[in-house]
Amino acid sequence: MILNYLSALMIFAGVFFFAVGVLGLLRFPDVYTRLHATTKCDTLGAGLILTGLALQGSLTVIVKLAIIVLLIWITNPTAAHVISRAALKSGIPQTKGSFTMEVNKDGGETLSR
Amino acid sequence: MTPINTVAAVLLLLLVFLCLLRAAIGPTAADRVVAINVIGTKTMVLIALVSFISGQEYFLDVAIMYALISFVMTLGVARYLERGTLG
Repeated sequence: MILNYLSALMIFAGVFFFAVGVLGLLRFPDVYTRLHATTKCDTLGAGLILTGLALQGSLTVIVKLAIIVLLIWITNPTAAHVISRAALKSGIPQTKGSFTMEVNKDGGETLSR
Repeated sequence: MTPINTVAAVLLLLLVFLCLLRAAIGPTAADRVVAINVIGTKTMVLIALVSFISGQEYFLDVAIMYALISFVMTLGVARYLERGTLG
């Protein structure tokens, strides 16, 4: 009984985080901020929903869901990194007023607008 | 617990349509790639939910394969954006 309530709570928390990610995808001003919002919220939301489903299932189902969650945790940040690097190299501009960080030769960092 | 899974699946489907809006109006190609990547994650979670709604365990294997294919698709499109070719 408690497991059922916990499962429902985790599933709806996951749907909430997905909704926040979609809100960021629709409202943020450029590619990099959109990527920032959706990647974090998707990783967390998918993890929560699949964990909530695992509370309802048998042992083999739990193992398969754990495989899916680990796969998401590896592939989703990698995909975000690759997309943002491709966007930066193909010259898509950042939104107005954002900082650019450069690493100097002595290892220090400078921020510039 | 089926009603909760069904409600969550319907809400996720609505969110997929909102993502499709960004994929349609996105000003640059990278915006569309981000939107399609998000839709891929949501579809995978939807397949897992449908597996629990219909009681078919082997749908979870489909979800694993969908995750792999979606990841490879994202890598390919990003490489095409970066270099201009797929070679």
